[in-house]
Amino acid sequence: MASHKRIDEVTGAETTGHVWDGDLTELNKPLPRWWLYTFYACIVWAFGYWIVYPAWPTFNGYTKGWFGYSQRDQVAKDAAAAKAAQDKYRTAIAAMPIAEVKKNPELFEFARDGGAAIFGDNCAPCHGRGAQGAVGYPNLNDDDWLWGGDLESIETTITHGARSGDPKTHDTAMPRFGLDKILEPAQINDVANYVRSLSHLDVDAAAASRGSAIFADNCAACHGADAKGNTEIGAPNLTDAIWLYGNSQQAVVHSIETGRGGMMPAWGGRLDPVSIKMVTLYVHSLGGGKPEPKKEEGESEHKDEPHEAPK
Amino acid sequence: MNHAVFEKNSLILLIGALIVVSIGGIVEIAPLFMLQSTIEKVEGMRPYSPLELAGRDIYVREGCYNCHSQMIRSLRDEIERYGHYSLAAESMYDHPFQWGSKRNGPDLARVGGKYSDAWHVEHMRDPRAVVPASIMPGYPFLEKTPLNYDNIGARMKTLQEIGVPYTDEMVTNAKADLSAQISPDTDSAKALVQRYPKAQVRRFDGQVGDNVQPTELDAVVAYLQMLGTLVDFTKFDASGQNLR
Amino acid sequence: MTETTGRMGNIPVLASALLFTTIGLILAIAGTDGGMRLHGLIFGLASAAALFVIASRPAERTEKPSGYFDGPIRVATIACVFWGIVGFLVGDVLAWQLAFPALNLDLPWTNFGRLRPVHTSAVIFAFGGNALIATSLYVVQRTCRARLPGRWAPWFVVWGYQLFIVIAASGYVLGITQGKEYAEPEWYADLWLTIVWVVYLLVFLGTLRKREEPHIYVANWFYLAFIVTIAMLHIVNNLSLPVSWLGSESYPLFPGVQGAMTQWWYGHNAVGFLLTAGFLGIMYYFIPKRAERPIYSYRLSIVHFWSLIFLYIWAGPHHLHYTALPEWAQTLGMTFSIMLWMPSWGGMINGLMTLSGAWDRLRTDAVIRLLVVSVAFYGMSTFEGPLMSIKAVNSLSHYTDWTIGHVHSGALGWVGMISFGAVYCMVPWLWKREGLYSMRLVEWHFWLAMIGIVLYISSMWVAGITQGLMWRAYDHLGFLKYSFIETVEALHWPYVIRATGGVLFLLGGLIMAYNVWRTIRGDQPVDVKDQPKVAAAPELRPGVVAAPAE
Ligand code: HEC
Ligand code: HEC
Ligand code: HEC
Ligand code: HEM
Ligand code: HEM
Ligand SMILES: [Ca+2]
Ligand SMILES: [Ca+2]
Ligand SMILES: [Cu+2]
Repeated sequence: MASHKRIDEVTGAETTGHVWDGDLTELNKPLPRWWLYTFYACIVWAFGYWIVYPAWPTFNGYTKGWFGYSQRDQVAKDAAAAKAAQDKYRTAIAAMPIAEVKKNPELFEFARDGGAAIFGDNCAPCHGRGAQGAVGYPNLNDDDWLWGGDLESIETTITHGARSGDPKTHDTAMPRFGLDKILEPAQINDVANYVRSLSHLDVDAAAASRGSAIFADNCAACHGADAKGNTEIGAPNLTDAIWLYGNSQQAVVHSIETGRGGMMPAWGGRLDPVSIKMVTLYVHSLGGGKPEPKKEEGESEHKDEPHEAPK
Repeated sequence: MNHAVFEKNSLILLIGALIVVSIGGIVEIAPLFMLQSTIEKVEGMRPYSPLELAGRDIYVREGCYNCHSQMIRSLRDEIERYGHYSLAAESMYDHPFQWGSKRNGPDLARVGGKYSDAWHVEHMRDPRAVVPASIMPGYPFLEKTPLNYDNIGARMKTLQEIGVPYTDEMVTNAKADLSAQISPDTDSAKALVQRYPKAQVRRFDGQVGDNVQPTELDAVVAYLQMLGTLVDFTKFDASGQNLR
Repeated sequence: MTETTGRMGNIPVLASALLFTTIGLILAIAGTDGGMRLHGLIFGLASAAALFVIASRPAERTEKPSGYFDGPIRVATIACVFWGIVGFLVGDVLAWQLAFPALNLDLPWTNFGRLRPVHTSAVIFAFGGNALIATSLYVVQRTCRARLPGRWAPWFVVWGYQLFIVIAASGYVLGITQGKEYAEPEWYADLWLTIVWVVYLLVFLGTLRKREEPHIYVANWFYLAFIVTIAMLHIVNNLSLPVSWLGSESYPLFPGVQGAMTQWWYGHNAVGFLLTAGFLGIMYYFIPKRAERPIYSYRLSIVHFWSLIFLYIWAGPHHLHYTALPEWAQTLGMTFSIMLWMPSWGGMINGLMTLSGAWDRLRTDAVIRLLVVSVAFYGMSTFEGPLMSIKAVNSLSHYTDWTIGHVHSGALGWVGMISFGAVYCMVPWLWKREGLYSMRLVEWHFWLAMIGIVLYISSMWVAGITQGLMWRAYDHLGFLKYSFIETVEALHWPYVIRATGGVLFLLGGLIMAYNVWRTIRGDQPVDVKDQPKVAAAPELRPGVVAAPAE
């Protein structure tokens, strides 16, 4: 094909002379200068980067770069620097018993703040963003505690969890009265009526009175003769109108049939001890935290303190 | 250079382009198979137990990787939020890898043990029942679908052929091991844990009764509960070659 | 080269169709899972239909066929419009699902996790892929003045590709997936695509070899690089071992870190070669053609072509910054991405500057506007891309909606707009019409799409940067300030805005479908006098050489 080189009128540039599909042509313009120099600059920059950072694979490793930089080393440093910035608080918290931390306003503020951060990502999915709890997940704002509401008890619960498989976890569980055929369905129905009556719910009075004896035989050992519970073994208070699994007849029957056995994970391996202290202080400060028990006093909190009147 | 060579001969253009586009991939991919330093030295990694593998297959099937990463980057905020940064070793038996590229939901690399089975069951059934602001879809059908594991042995055999260190014994016992993992306190469960150290044995979906069949939810929860639990980071040496 | 015609020439084709029918029916009966049986049935029926068509036309022509071979291109053009709408629709459903999760309906086949790959595959491979197949086969014939080789091969490419799409997409909904982004189709779909793709390569290359022009036109360099590189990427990244040859499941060959590197070598270059090089091929034909101007710089074409294809391949690790991928590889990914900036902009410069002397066309011709705006978006996303490849920036942007914003500035702005422009050019040309049915509707489409894009990408930048900053925000004592779920809540309104933008973009697509349909039907253009002369089919324009060489 003959050459069709021509000068393009608009740009004044020459075309290459090739023509495709009737009218497709191209101008023989040089590379734009700024484009070329920017391209070169990028290349030079890349070479510089390769010299100072880890870059090229070799037969038995890779070029490490003059800076000796490693992102894993860097994050270790970043984490260490972050720890160092908090060090004066952290070492103080690590060193003292948790109850002491609370008495130091500066440390306490620090701990609560850190605790809130941990709570949001780790605890809120179960206990709710405001720690208000949900069916099966206890409310941590109120002063009703399954396993004790003083700082040390809370710290223990968080570290080892409840029925979590951790060697030191709170492990007692209620028998599966229905599933294991310890009680007849009718008996369960009766005793459910009885426990519901303790918080003044509408019940079948006849059934409830039959249930009273069943309760004394089967349940009082854990929940106490007065049904006010026992934080040693995590048996809830059944008289306070606070229900972990709901207060309907159906829910209570289900609790008795299956024993429930709610599981709270152990955080001991996942969170470091200082973090656990912090989140403990945070939880304790939410409103329901209880003072430290005096050593001579009895095992159970519930027995010592008056409860809210049932509503 | 005269570019007309390429412009006038389509085969030369084709071969030229092919050579040019091959180089980068070869330099970047091949060394990963050869360099010792690619995969860290760690203790505790083992192939997935049959039930975990079945769960993982469902995880892939449902496309959870479209919202969840399993790759904690070595950045301060990530290790504070999710735990130790992920190691290459932790996914060395993963076919396919599930590192993800988008976090509509949180990273799951270390979610194992973080929640209870009951929470996962409820969360998978209806995420907003436990996390009101969640935007995750509900998967109520998982607990209603019996797990189909007829070919679990064949699946493990396939993985064995492409390099996952399943033993022949593991492959032969695949089906038994799978149901053993939801049968606590049995001899077969003990044998399972021997073969797969740290395997957790229980009814993951919370079903009660005797002789229950595994559901898809059992498998998914078993998988979620083991994520990130194998490597013991108190023993991990984050220096030397592992530093990278 | 002689055309294979007549009864004898059909025999290998018939034999293959028979073979495929048999394989399909075997799988339909003996498949070990429901998904495989369904796919076997679809495959068998499609092959049987092909068998029937081929057998019923044994000796249609004995003389050499003349003219361009446009039938398959027409099908691919319609498929492009159709799948585009499907893809936009599913994308918008996803967008609303992220704003209002109840829309997942809690069913297996409607949840986000299964639908997202339907969207990505539908837009990239079905919409984008058909745009590429249609335009490449159109362009290569015109710029070589040669007819596509083979009688059935081009048909096979187009219909075989649709079959691949149907199998892939129906598989996702049923939960059949390989679990690798953009490479979700299972092993048997991958094998099928490999066959289709090799034939595509042969058809394209065959046309180049038959050409009557001494030089290969620049658009074809890009198309050829796209076709051959995608073949390489597809084959390597999809290496996997099926659990059973009769079942749908398989496990990819490469594990963990090697798998991740291979995947993003693939994923990034699906962007680089399909969404970029291929579409640059479109740009290099349709912009000069429609603007009736010479390409700005031949030398720039050469330099940016070779540097682009060389550098792109290396950039994959920018998807894996700070992960367990060894750091040396991350460095390479980052530095090559930066070096990629100017080669990418070379394409933009060549595209935009081709308009010098014809800028007024932007005002008068909405089709040119679509083409040119797309190049501007291309420039924008190829600036943003290198920026996001810098590790420090990526530490913020990765895993967030910033990536999604970047994707869609490239996808909606560049890929979408240039495809619309090409479709509007090609439809009257392919169906021999005097112009589009309506230019006003193109105006509408342009503005709806533009507003849609602006809503989409601006909301995603806000969302992404918010999310990235919230994840790493610390309070005054050095504790993480926000829990993950708070960051989810913060995205609600951006998600609503994005989904609204998606509705507008989808509406534009529907308008296009209507316009295309009316044009194909042969309705008299309502505003033919407002349309530039090039809008009409070449045959209907006086003084244009448009015949193939034969
Ligand atoms: C998987 C869900 C789950 C997560 C996550 C969780 N918990 Fe719990 N938590 C429970 C359950 C269930 C109980 C009740 C155990 C029982 O029934 O005895 C509980 C009990 C508690 C108790 C004891 C309440 C009482 O009345 O004695 C405290 C304190 C507590 N959790 C704090 C936390 C903290 C702090 C975190 C986060 C670090 C946390 N929980 C994370 C489920 C969870
Ligand atoms: C071995 C000790 C034990 C015995 C015996 C026992 N319980 Fe319990 N009970 C518990 C524990 C521990 C829990 C808390 C379970 C949990 O936190 O998941 C509990 C929980 C309950 C609940 C649920 C409370 C709520 O807030 O929702 C009810 C109701 C209940 N028990 C009633 C009974 C009745 C009725 C009996 C006798 C038939 C009984 N329990 C016997 C230990 C016991
Ligand atoms: C549309 C996006 C989306 C999809 C798809 C999705 N998730 Fe989620 N996921 C989320 C969001 C958002 C959260 C955070 C809120 C919550 O806890 O529900 C989450 C949280 C989780 C969590 C709790 C993680 C933690 O540390 O708090 C688990 C476990 C989980 N998802 C598992 C899965 C599994 C398994 C699948 C697939 C079967 C899946 N997700 C699919 C969005 C999604
Ligand atoms: C109506 C128009 C569109 C809407 C509403 C839309 C919406 C979406 C949504 C909601 C997602 C998921 C984002 C996430 O996971 O957070 C997504 C992902 C994606 N879309 Fe679109 N999309 C549209 C058009 C397109 C087009 C035209 C293309 C390509 C040509 C495209 C390519 C992609 C890709 C590649 C992804 C995955 C991104 C990633 O993983 O980073 N989309 N889209
Ligand atoms: C110079 C050119 C480009 C570079 C260097 C580049 C770089 C990047 C980077 C750094 C990411 C984010 C990776 C991450 O953090 O996960 C990304 C994602 C992405 N880009 Fe680009 N980009 C370029 C051009 C384009 C163009 C033109 C498109 C066209 C549509 C595009 C489509 C995508 C897609 C689909 C993703 C999402 C991948 C995923 O995570 O699923 N990019 N790109
Ligand atoms: Ca992605
Ligand atoms: Ca695949
Ligand atoms: Cu990329």
